[in-house]
Amino acid sequence: MSTFPRRAALSLVLLPFAALAQDDALAAAIRAEIGDAAPQEGGITLRVPPVAENGGQVPVTVLVDSPQTTARHATAIHLFATRNPTPGIASFKLGPALARAEIQTRIRIAENQVLVVVARMNDGSVHRATTEIRVSTGGCLT
Amino acid sequence: MSNTLATPRIRAPRSARVGEVVEIRTLMEHPMETGLRQEAGRAIPRDMLTRMTIRLNGEALLEAEFRNGTAANPFHVFFLRLERASELEFTWTDETGRTARAVHRIALA
Repeated sequence: MSTFPRRAALSLVLLPFAALAQDDALAAAIRAEIGDAAPQEGGITLRVPPVAENGGQVPVTVLVDSPQTTARHATAIHLFATRNPTPGIASFKLGPALARAEIQTRIRIAENQVLVVVARMNDGSVHRATTEIRVSTGGCLT
Repeated sequence: MSNTLATPRIRAPRSARVGEVVEIRTLMEHPMETGLRQEAGRAIPRDMLTRMTIRLNGEALLEAEFRNGTAANPFHVFFLRLERASELEFTWTDETGRTARAVHRIALA
C-alpha cells in the first residue's frame, strides 16, 4: 500500500472530526454570549458583498429590525464565523441613544462560509440571522 | 509592536440640528495580529485591540469587543440621533492595556 491512499483514507476519517470541533467551538462561543436563550430566526438585516475580493477586509452591515428607543431597543449584537480558525468576530453593546440598531464593520473570512449574527433586545429576546459570504482570497492566515 | 497606538480617525459632522441623524465613522490603524499567521515559517506575535468604547455626553453609547475575526485597521460606522450639543468620547484598548482616545464635539446648527 502506497502512502497516498493511506493518507487520503486518514484524512477522510479525520475531516468530520475537524468539522465537528469547529461546530463545537461555534456553539460554545454563541453560548458564551447568549447563554441558553433560544433565538428566534430573523428580525435582523445583514448586508455583505456578493463576493468579497479580499477576505481580510469584508464589509458587513448589521441592522436589527427594531426601533432604538428607551422603551424598545437592541442591547447587543454578536458576530460569528462558522469556518474561520476561531469563531469569534466581535460583540457590540448598543445604547438607546443610537439612531438605529445598526453597526457597520469589516471582518476577516478565511473561506466561503456562513456568517451568524445574534442580537439581544432589552426585553431579553434573542434574534438570529445568517448569511453566506463568498471570498476570492481567504483573509485569516495569509 | 510599536509603543503607542495610532491616532484614531473620526469622521462626523461638527454641527447638526436637533433630531437629526448623524453618521459617525471611526478608523483605527492597527494590524490586529491574531498570532495565527505565519511569516517564513514563524508565527507573527499576537497584537490585538480588544475594545472600543464610545460615550455620548458621559454615557455609554456603543461598546465593541474585538475577537480574531475583526479585520485589521478596525473601521466602524454607526448612527446617532442628536438631542443637544454633544460630546463623543472614543477609547480603544489593546491586549496589553494601552489606550488611544479621541473626542469629537457636535454643536447645534
